[in-house]
Amino acid sequence: MSAPVALPRQEDAAAIGTRFDVGKVRSDFPILREFVHGRPLVYLDNAATSQKPEVVIDAVSNYYRHGNANIHRGVHLLSQRATEEFEAARAAVQSFLNARESREIVFVRGATEAINLVAQSYGRQQVGMGDEVLISAMEHHSNIVPWQILCEEKGATLRVVPINDAGELRMDELERLLSPRTKIVAVAHLSNALGSINPIQQIVGMAHARNIPVLVDGAQAVPHLPVDVQEMDCDFYVFSGHKIYGPTGIGVLYGKATLLEEMPPYQGGGDMISSVTFEKTIYNKVPHKFEAGTPDIAGVVGLGAAITYVNGLGLSAIAAHEHELLAYATDRIGALPGVRIVGTAKEKAGVLSFVLDGIHPHDVGTILDLEGIAVRTGHHCAQPVMDRFGIPATVRASFAVYNTLQEIDALAEGLEKVKEILG
Amino acid sequence: MADLREMYQEVILEHAKSPRNYRALEAPAVRAEGYNPLCGDRCTVYLTMRGDVIEDIGFQGSGCAISRASASMMTQSLKGKTAGEAEGLFKSFHQMVTGRNSHGDRPQLGKLEAFAGVSEFPARVKCATLAWHTLEAALHGEHVPVTTE
Repeated sequence: MSAPVALPRQEDAAAIGTRFDVGKVRSDFPILREFVHGRPLVYLDNAATSQKPEVVIDAVSNYYRHGNANIHRGVHLLSQRATEEFEAARAAVQSFLNARESREIVFVRGATEAINLVAQSYGRQQVGMGDEVLISAMEHHSNIVPWQILCEEKGATLRVVPINDAGELRMDELERLLSPRTKIVAVAHLSNALGSINPIQQIVGMAHARNIPVLVDGAQAVPHLPVDVQEMDCDFYVFSGHKIYGPTGIGVLYGKATLLEEMPPYQGGGDMISSVTFEKTIYNKVPHKFEAGTPDIAGVVGLGAAITYVNGLGLSAIAAHEHELLAYATDRIGALPGVRIVGTAKEKAGVLSFVLDGIHPHDVGTILDLEGIAVRTGHHCAQPVMDRFGIPATVRASFAVYNTLQEIDALAEGLEKVKEILG
Repeated sequence: MADLREMYQEVILEHAKSPRNYRALEAPAVRAEGYNPLCGDRCTVYLTMRGDVIEDIGFQGSGCAISRASASMMTQSLKGKTAGEAEGLFKSFHQMVTGRNSHGDRPQLGKLEAFAGVSEFPARVKCATLAWHTLEAALHGEHVPVTTE
């Protein structure tokens, strides 16, 4: 039940020696000085959204105070500066994901919009009657519903790779479900409800052997694991800025240039065209073809600052720190009588989901809240995962770079109080 | 600071552990389904009406302590009431848990007063009202599951 989780990667073990100062990191996040119900905030809902460091808040604020102008269309100084900052953030994302070219980075509202973009553009072009889209049983609703909409429109079928009792993808079933009718595979890198890490390289290898492209939902993964899209060789990779210490409302679609080139636009409007007449419109080059309308420029600037911040700490060091938190929490919380951990995959990161015997997660959440502890309670936008484990909901503690072992002790003490009141 | 014991009163915890009228009623009872998509709580309410009067009432479902206790105490307080009286109770109950009436304005609530503390916890109002929303759907013969959203 509470077996120590394995390190995600060997190299992270080495990084433990080069740890950053968590106290210093905490001082970078102004919200961590807040009090909730008179108690110091213990924020363990990072899988829902992470908090923002001062450098991100300042970048957004400074953009509006000193640099605000529209991009890609002005000859005046501020517009040029805004354009440069916007494109510099694109280059930062490119390097962060190790994409081959910066034009492979498309800015969108978030991981959800990125998946909808691929489903509506690539999907509508490539998926037809009788075809299949293959997802997994641990997907967030945002990697289920866009494909359902597509399949319904096209008369295609959504197939689902099951998971085992530990919350790991059934690779034998994946192999079996890949068929000549499969037109795309869409799978989470890291499960938001269970914390399971999927073996993306292996999945991509199996799909590519049949010429099937793979979309990876990296919304949960990017703050916790180093990502190299060339090494993974995935065709699309999506994530949201707000889960990696950036602003809400901004996200990224990475797509291989060859695929993006062939895809039709997702939305029409300004900036996505190179010329418009009433007879014919010539679309702009990628990535601009997919960026209709004035984008969230401040959001992109903030995301750029967040990535710089994460790079400064180093993702390997972050992963090592969070691994220590998860291993400690798994032991500490898992040892409490009546606790059952949901999601015990060998490869795990960032997320501890659990249920308390006879006590509904919602009641747990309310009592913890009064102790200043923020956790998520519910189905985590992954109802099929809850159905798989035969539970309506879980309590989820999810970790970030600024969390401490003391905060996990506070969680354990809070759970003791829950049991005292409701047990 | 909101007080936990205000919401998790003994009577509520007791009903949550041993809910009353936790059973399905046979046809021709009316039945309605309620669902809270935010937390996944489900509630089914069964009603046997004689004319305008609630002759028997039962419920089943899964949910938190507040939603189970609320459903249990609702069924206890509604037996023998008319549909109109039930609607009146719901209105008064709803105003209480959203903090929009005062103790003196709701003499008819009786034991249901125990839920007054919910008004300090806005995130939990839907837990307390799920069974009541479902009851309303049953009274109106709605066959589509109601949700708290």
